[in-house]
Formats: sequence, C-alpha cells, structure tokens
Amino acid sequence: MHTPKTDVIQGTLDMLILKTLSLEPLHGFGIARRIEQISRGVFKVNPGSLLTAFQRLERAGWLNAAWRETDNARRAKYYSLTRAGRKQLEHETAQWTRRASAVARLLKDEG
Amino acid sequence: VGLWRQLTRGLRNLTDRTSTDRDIADEVDHYLAEATAAHLARGLSPNDARRAAMRDLGGVTGVREEIRGYGWENVVAAAIADLRYAARSLKGAPGFTTVTVLTLALGIGGATAIFGAVKPMLFDSLPYPHAARVVMLSEDNVDGSQNDGTFGMYRQFAERARTLEAVAVMRPWTPSLTGSEIPQRLEGQRVSASYFRVLGVLPHLGSDLRDADDRQNGPNVVVISDSLWRRQFGGDPALVGGSVTLDGQPFTVVGVMPATFQNVLAPEAEVWSLLQYGMAQGRAWGHHLKTVARIRPEASVSAVSREVDTIGRAVLEELRPATYGPNVRFSARSLQDDLTRGVRPALFGVMAAVTIVLMIACVNVTNLLVGRGVHRRPEFALRTALGAGRGRLVRQLLTESLLVAWLGGAAGLAVAALGVRALVALSPPGLPRADAIDIDAGLFVFAFALTTLVGLAFGMIPAVQASRHDPHSALQHGSRRTAGGHRRARAGLVVTEVALAFVLLVNSGLLMRSLEQLLSVNVGFDSSNLLTMQVFASRRAPGQGPQEVSTRDRFAAALAAVGRVPGVIAAGFTSQLPISGDRDEYGVRFGTSTAGQSTFRYAVSPGYLETMRIPLRRGRLLNQDDRADAPLSVLINESFANRQFSGADPIGQQLSVGPAGPYTIVGVVGDVRQLSLAADRFEAVYMTVDQWPMPEPVMSLAVRANGSAASLAPAVRAAIWSVDKNQPIVRVSTADQLLAASAAERRFALSLFEAFAFVALCLATAGLYGVLSGGVAERTREIGVRAALGASRANILSLVFRTGAALTALGAIIGLAGALLTGQAIASTLFGVTPHDAVTYSAVIAIMFIVSAAAALVPAWRAARVDPAITLRAE
Repeated sequence: MHTPKTDVIQGTLDMLILKTLSLEPLHGFGIARRIEQISRGVFKVNPGSLLTAFQRLERAGWLNAAWRETDNARRAKYYSLTRAGRKQLEHETAQWTRRASAVARLLKDEG
Repeated sequence: VGLWRQLTRGLRNLTDRTSTDRDIADEVDHYLAEATAAHLARGLSPNDARRAAMRDLGGVTGVREEIRGYGWENVVAAAIADLRYAARSLKGAPGFTTVTVLTLALGIGGATAIFGAVKPMLFDSLPYPHAARVVMLSEDNVDGSQNDGTFGMYRQFAERARTLEAVAVMRPWTPSLTGSEIPQRLEGQRVSASYFRVLGVLPHLGSDLRDADDRQNGPNVVVISDSLWRRQFGGDPALVGGSVTLDGQPFTVVGVMPATFQNVLAPEAEVWSLLQYGMAQGRAWGHHLKTVARIRPEASVSAVSREVDTIGRAVLEELRPATYGPNVRFSARSLQDDLTRGVRPALFGVMAAVTIVLMIACVNVTNLLVGRGVHRRPEFALRTALGAGRGRLVRQLLTESLLVAWLGGAAGLAVAALGVRALVALSPPGLPRADAIDIDAGLFVFAFALTTLVGLAFGMIPAVQASRHDPHSALQHGSRRTAGGHRRARAGLVVTEVALAFVLLVNSGLLMRSLEQLLSVNVGFDSSNLLTMQVFASRRAPGQGPQEVSTRDRFAAALAAVGRVPGVIAAGFTSQLPISGDRDEYGVRFGTSTAGQSTFRYAVSPGYLETMRIPLRRGRLLNQDDRADAPLSVLINESFANRQFSGADPIGQQLSVGPAGPYTIVGVVGDVRQLSLAADRFEAVYMTVDQWPMPEPVMSLAVRANGSAASLAPAVRAAIWSVDKNQPIVRVSTADQLLAASAAERRFALSLFEAFAFVALCLATAGLYGVLSGGVAERTREIGVRAALGASRANILSLVFRTGAALTALGAIIGLAGALLTGQAIASTLFGVTPHDAVTYSAVIAIMFIVSAAAALVPAWRAARVDPAITLRAE
C-alpha cells in the first residue's frame, strides 16, 4: 500500500531536530535523512524550512554549529546540541506527550 | 545565551553580510551535494540525480533567500536601505530639501521654544509636595477687584477653617544686611510661622520658624536661603544659632532653606522673618498681607472656597472691622492658577499663534511634497511596473517624509535653543516662573514626537496619492505631465495657508493697535524729564529718640538737599508711585458710616503734586502749612469726587482714611493711573506725610529735571546721601521707563505675534508662488495655444493674477471667519480696540492682496513670455 509523505507537523520540526541531534552531531542533510528514516518515510522535511530552523535554533542557543570534514571528505556544517538545547528538548517532549495523549483520549472517546 | 546570540549575530550580519552569505551558500551547496549522492546511490544517472536533488530543494537561490530572511537585522537593513534611498533622492533635489527643512525648522523650532517657555507656567506643577493643595485665599469686591488680606481675618481662618491644614500670611520685607564690608539690601518676606509648612518645604539646616516666637515683641529670628548662606557666609553650618544684623538689629539665624527650594510667591526672597503682629495693633485689620493655605487631602478647592466665604462673612458680622466694606466675598484658588492668571490668556494666545505657524509650515511642506509627487509619478509608475508593491512604495515615501521631518526637527531644535534663550532675555519682568524656563529633556521629547507626527502626517497624503495611480496610464503620459486633480488639492492647501496667515495677521494687528492705544493713554501726570527712585529710611539703633520724628526729618532734609541740585526744577516724596507696581489702598469712610470704600492713599510731601504736574481742578493743593499740628487736610481726585458727590462741591466735606482722620477736603485733583496703563480704578486721596499718623519708612522720590532726567540720577543720589549716607536707594528709573516697563508684557506678546505673523505671511506667499508657478509650468502648452489664437499678453498676465487673487480671496474669506472667532478669544488682552476693529481688518486684507500680487508677479511674467511657436513645435 502506498502511504503519501506528509510535511512535518507545524511546530514539531524544532523538536524533531533537537531529538535527532541528541544522539550525535549531524549536518543538515544527515538530519533530514534521519528524520525521514526514523519516521519510516511518513515525514518529508522541506530543506528550506530545515536550514532556516537551524538559524533560529542556533540563535536561541540550543544548537552549536561547526564546519568539519565528513566521512566522504566533504566539508559540512555539523550541528550539536547545547545544554540549553537538551533542556529545551525535554521540555518540548513533555509538552508533546501531554498534548498527544490528550488528543488520543479525545479520539478514543469519539470512537 | 539566546538573546546575546540574537544581538551579536544580527549586528555581525548588518556590518558584514558577505561571510554569512558565503556560509549559507556553502551549507546549501553541501546539502545539494549530499542529496545528489543519495540519489546516485539509489541508482539514478548523475544528471537525473542532480535534477532530482534540485527538485527536492526547490531552487538554490530561493532557499538561500529563505535562510537569509531570518533575523531581526533584515528589518533594520530594509529600513536603512529605505533611508539611504530617501537621502539620495533628497540630495537630488537640493532646492526642495532646503526649502522644506527651513520651513519645518521655523515651524517646529517656534513651537518647541514656545512650549518650553510656557510649560513651567501652564503645565508643570509647582515645586512643592502635593502642590495642588496649596491655595491662595482672596477677598473679592463686588466690582471684581481684589483686596489684600488682613491679619485679623487670617487668625479667624486659622482658628475656624476645618478644610485647611495650615494657613499663612506674608508681606514683602527688604531689610538691609550690615556687619560685612558693604551694606546690602536683601529681598525677603515677613511671614507667619506656618509659612514653610503651607508650602511643604522645611529648612534643611536648623529648624523651622516656631509658632511660639510669632507674637508681638517676640524674638528676632530669621531663616535664610541657601544662596545667601553660601554667598555671604561661606556655607558655614555654624551660622545656624548665630546672629546677623538686619536693619541694625541682631537676628538669630534659626534655619537655612534647601538649595532646591523655589519660593514662587517671592522668587527673589532670601530672608524670612516672623510677622509678629498682635490683634491689639491697628494694622491687624489693614489690607496688606497675602494669605496662602494648604488644604486637607480630602478637601477640594471649591469646598475650601465655600468654607472661607462662610467664615469670612460670619467674622464681618460678628466683629465688624472698619477696614471691610459691605459685600466682600472670600474665595480660594489654587496657587498655580493664581500665579498664572494674569498671563494665561496671553500665553494661550501665543501658543495658538505658534500652532498656526506650525500648521502653515506643515501645509506648505505637504504642498511641496504633492508638487514633487506629481513630477515623480513616472518614477513610481516604473517602480510599480518593476514589481514594487503598493505598501513598499508607501513605506518608501513615508521614510522620505520622516527623513525630511527629522532634518527639519534637528534644525528646529537649534532654532528652539536660540528661541528659548531669546524668550528668557526678552521676557517682561514679573513673568511668573520665568526662572524655570529652559530646554530640558521634555522639550527634546516634545520636538521629536512633534517631528515624527508631522512627518507621518504630511507623508501620508502624497504617499496615498502616488500609490493610487494606475502605472499603465502614468507610464504612457509620464513625460507629458498633464495637469490633473492634484491642482485642486494644491489650491486647497494654499487657501488653507492664506486663511491661517490671515487669522494671525488680524490678531497681531489687534494687539499692535492695543499697544498703540495703551501708550497714548493719559496717565494723569507729565512723565517727561521725570526721575523717580525709592528711598528707604535707615533705622537707628534703639534708644536714639522717637523713630518717626527722625524718619520724617531725614526725608525732609533729603528733599531740601535734592532741591538744591542744579537742574532740578521740583521734587517731592510720595508713599506710592504710579505705574511702579506700588499698591497701597485704604478704606475711606464718611461721617459715622463704618463701610469703607477702598481708595488709593498717597502720603506725600507738599510739592509732590506740583512736581508730577497733576492738575488741580478745584480748591487748593497741599502746602507747607499742612503740618502735624494743623487741621487735617486731604485732596481727592475727580473720579472720587464724581462718584461720591456726583457734581456737588466736595470742598469742606469730611472723611476718614483707615485709622486716620477725620480730614477736611481742601481740593480736587486730576485722576492718575496707579496700577497700570490699562487700569480703570482711579479713586484716590492725598495728604501730607506730617498729617498721617504712622511713619513711612519707604518713600518714592519724584524729581522734575530741567533736561534729561536720567543724567541727573547720580547728583540726586549724592544729595540724599549727603544728608544720611545710610539711606539705601533702589529702583532708580525715569517715569518714561516705568511706563515702558508697564507695557512690557503686551509688547512681549506683540513681538511674538508679529514674528509669527511675519513667518506665516512668508510661508503663505511661498505656497502661493509655488502653486502659481507650478500652474504656469504645467499649462505652458495651453497658454501657447491661447497666445496663438490671439490672446494678448495682458490677457495672459491677468489669467495668472486672477488665479492668485481668487485663491487669496477664498483664503481671506475663510480667514475672516476664523479671525472673528479668535478675536473673541483674545478680547481680554485687548485695550481700546474691539475684536472686530475695521482698521485692522482692512489693513490685513490689503496686505494679503498686495502679497498675493507679489507672489503672482514672476509666474505671470513667465506666462506672458511663452512663445506660441516654440510651445506648439514642442508638441
């Protein structure tokens, strides 16, 4: 069966980036691929939004950026999570869980 | 961390965009490369892989721009770009920019300076805690005039009033300070002990005046100002408790006021001592004190007014003091109102005038901008066609207007700084709170706010107008500049200018005529070659015989010495001098009646009336025989005689003046204006100093000179000092100077109005010229056609002049209506002219048309020179 790719849900992109980076530092394309893989292709990441999100998250102090060599000898901008970023991830995860379970309960009642 | 990063990254991007751009480009490129590699790995050909990656990304440039667009610095950068463009476009039109900035500088500078001058008087609260609770208590006569308060009434208020927290009375005091090298005359006040408590400011060194000391024959204590303390005593704290010599008597210094203390009731005062009156004294009911009070927090001024009126009337009923006439009302008014009451109408008038100038300036600038907008229509059309949104265009135009406004505002602040200094320098003496006039932060904020508002307001019209046009048609007709609807808009603006200028001209004309009338008023004495000065009796230390005898003798001896000075025709002393600010009134009673009628009282030396050349109407003047032991004689003036005796012969009738009398009327003399040139109260009585029961410690000397009065001053002073070198002499001035000073306030208001009216007229003329010459330039083709069809030069000249005259006439008609309204508003400051004075109105109408003809001259000449052959060939 063919499942259509959907754009990342509004407002969750930041959380997904932070979550991805909590495992290891990655460059932009790496993050996009990781998100698509882990969501089993449900989410498609718009590159423009992703790269702009990096600007925002970096300025907020949640990410640090550094240019490094990749495994295949290209120069890439690697992003890593700061301590503030980690805290923010915890905060957003808690929020998300709370909201998601509330929505789930509502849907169940409806059914 | 986040805020810091926002700030530094933003600033870095503002100053160095290229490295960030490269960084973004690299990152996007890398993303593309990785995506291509991923597609390659899935088995696509290199070309297809590249194309697929590009499709995922959605355009390299677009993504770069999207990333670049993040950050607050982009907003700033856009604004800077707008500003830079605006600056370039203004630089490209130096004539427009100069005229606009100058116009705004005049408008904004004038408004800022006037606001700065008016603010402390009208808007700032007085420098006291809860200043709104400080009130003046006054006694109002039926005719609207006011009396000074009495000690007796003050005591009753202090005892009975429940709405008052504290009441105080005061009178001026000018002791001489001796003990140091040079004797000095100080300005000061005699006050009740409650004075500083009423104001709410206490000495910061030592202690306040004490109630227990405020009694007849109480101890001599004094509180001094910070400036006197520093100037005279080197700021020595040990002075408190020490002693100073005032008027030859030792006074204990009990306190020093803080440097920040502003004594608005007597701004020059530096020493304060206790009044120390007793109810048994005759002066207890004399009207010579000012009464000030602090009301309770819960009370309102009107409640206080009601209460003091009730108390005052009850007191008059119970005690029947002889110095009060019937129907006196008592009231309270906030000190702020009381101080500025006299100047308030003039100040509001001046503020209205400067607002009109500002409005004309704005209208003129709008006019210029509209005119410029017409010429720039092709430019806007081009930019719209190239994709500039309407909002973007409006923003650009507003930026340009704001830039001009700020430039004008900056220049205006320079004008304001000069203006405020000039205002303070020119301000008439006695302007309340003139010492508080200054350019302060508030003024800067005011100017900035005003400028921004002006910029936005006048930027709006051309911006909307420019953005409304259809780019297609504008581009098509771009080069031809057809005359359109904007002409009506500009004509409307010019009509507004003319109307506003008309209003200002009429008002300054009315003020000018008032001053003229005022200066030609008959003051009742001959002011030419008349020298005046105030002479104080120096006090001897106690124990040197009866003081009053020596005071009278010394004044008499001084007068004799002055009479011997070469060049002196006549000389005389008087207890109060007309038009000098002196005011001394007593209740005059006839027979056994207790009701006194308030009357100016002059205790004079025989020969004073002759010196002043006050005409004798009936009977005789006072002479050397009217000594203390002779029958008491008094002169009354015409107004008094008419009012009291209505035509019957008053000579031989008897009257009492305050505590003295009865006197027999021996003569009737001409009226003299005492309080001011505009004064309309004249009733006066004259008696010799010898026949007045109390000594006069301060007398004014009038000297009639053979030639120039001013040059006689040193010799006269020397003559007085030859009798007693300790007699201080102040306020030396010629009578003509006194008259000029009396009109100073009006002259000041008039010069402001004249300046504003002149600026308004210039701006209106410039506006008219702009519209007419713009009209001629746009109608060159039409004029050429008319000329080709046989219109003569005279026809074409009259075409332009007629347009100018029509605009002026319309403006004048609207202005006429406005002037009639504002004339009513300034009616109270006018003297001798009605608010709809025909002379003023016709003069202003004439000026307006002459000026409009002048404005039309150059455009008309240009129109008449249009050569039909050239114009038609150009088509």
